Amino acid sequence: MSDSTRSAHPPNDYPAYGSSRLRAPKQPLHVLPGRLAELTSPLLAGETIGPLDHDLTRQHDGEPLGERITITGRVLDEDGDPVAGALIEVWQANAAGRYAHRGDQHPAPLDPNFSGAGRCLTDAAGGYRFITIKPGAYPWRNHPNAWRPAHVHFSVFSAAFAQRLVTQMYFPGDPLFGQDPIFNSVPEHARKRLVARWSLELTEPEWSLGYAWDIVVAGRAATPLDDDAGA
Amino acid sequence: MRLPLTPSQTVGPFFRIGLSTTIGPHVAGDGTAEALRISGQVFDGAGEPVPDALIETWQPEGAGRCATDDEGHFAIVTVKPAPGEAGDASTLAPHLDVSVFARGLLTRLVTRMYFPDEVAANDADPVLRTLSPEERATLVAAGDDGGLRFDIHLQGARETVFFDR
Repeated sequence: MSDSTRSAHPPNDYPAYGSSRLRAPKQPLHVLPGRLAELTSPLLAGETIGPLDHDLTRQHDGEPLGERITITGRVLDEDGDPVAGALIEVWQANAAGRYAHRGDQHPAPLDPNFSGAGRCLTDAAGGYRFITIKPGAYPWRNHPNAWRPAHVHFSVFSAAFAQRLVTQMYFPGDPLFGQDPIFNSVPEHARKRLVARWSLELTEPEWSLGYAWDIVVAGRAATPLDDDAGA
Repeated sequence: MRLPLTPSQTVGPFFRIGLSTTIGPHVAGDGTAEALRISGQVFDGAGEPVPDALIETWQPEGAGRCATDDEGHFAIVTVKPAPGEAGDASTLAPHLDVSVFARGLLTRLVTRMYFPDEVAANDADPVLRTLSPEERATLVAAGDDGGLRFDIHLQGARETVFFDR
């Protein structure tokens, strides 16, 4: 793993995020011998992805409440190559900041027309697109008067174990960033990579606001030993 | 040119909304003769079960995924993978690559599960050989009523060995 890889991800030992205290391992991570870098290739059943699974606004009889948006981007590896055929799964709160999950106790209304989950496979260029509504901010109990900035959870599952990524996409200009330990657990220089860009080009007149967000995952065989082997 | 990596964020407490259907706990079908049930519990630093973790297993035969239940239990049905190739003379013992996601984990944890009946291969394995006996014991599953048991301890005296991806 390169230094840039190391510095992109947040440390698990991050006490400002209260849930980490009993869950982040205390021992240092062990380094795998570089030559053993995994390249397993789990098979994805593409036929299980429905043609409307990427559209979170059309899963019920009526339309969900909220600001209709599209999120469009590409999944690339560190070398700039597209990651095709990757499974992208998203989940999010509704426009009022409430998840359709039994564990969410926030007293904001559920939306009978919004489940908050979507999925798709990236195309040959690594491209993906979701249609949804902008999620609301919501309170949590990490610290007094704590609020999560609006975000969409993203999971990227490709054929390479090293590329596995779960992350969150945020919206530009959110005033809640400064007090959010999850967002701020990322090294400062890398935080902007989690913030989507509003795009006039992707905004559809009289229909929906468009956001662009590219995702960069590790190279398929990026290991220090491989790099050394070429020297 | 190297593109900058997208940082990881926690899977959070409500991942079941989005990660519950596409990939499931059955890597091997029910009719597979060699099917093996691997079960375990995830524990936190207080020794309490973790009821909102997601376990993913990877091997050449496919991927498995299971969320823990209220008592921290998970189970995957799969087959023992064929031995891998380490790229040199070393033997790579059969194992599963395992990812652990949970609320409280800002990045995934990576570990490996090895098989208890592969004593010779485990002894020669280039990864297991780098570990102390106590560390190694956290990565080798135990026999359990016809299947295998693989508990994951996030902290504590029996903290599982986790790898730098």
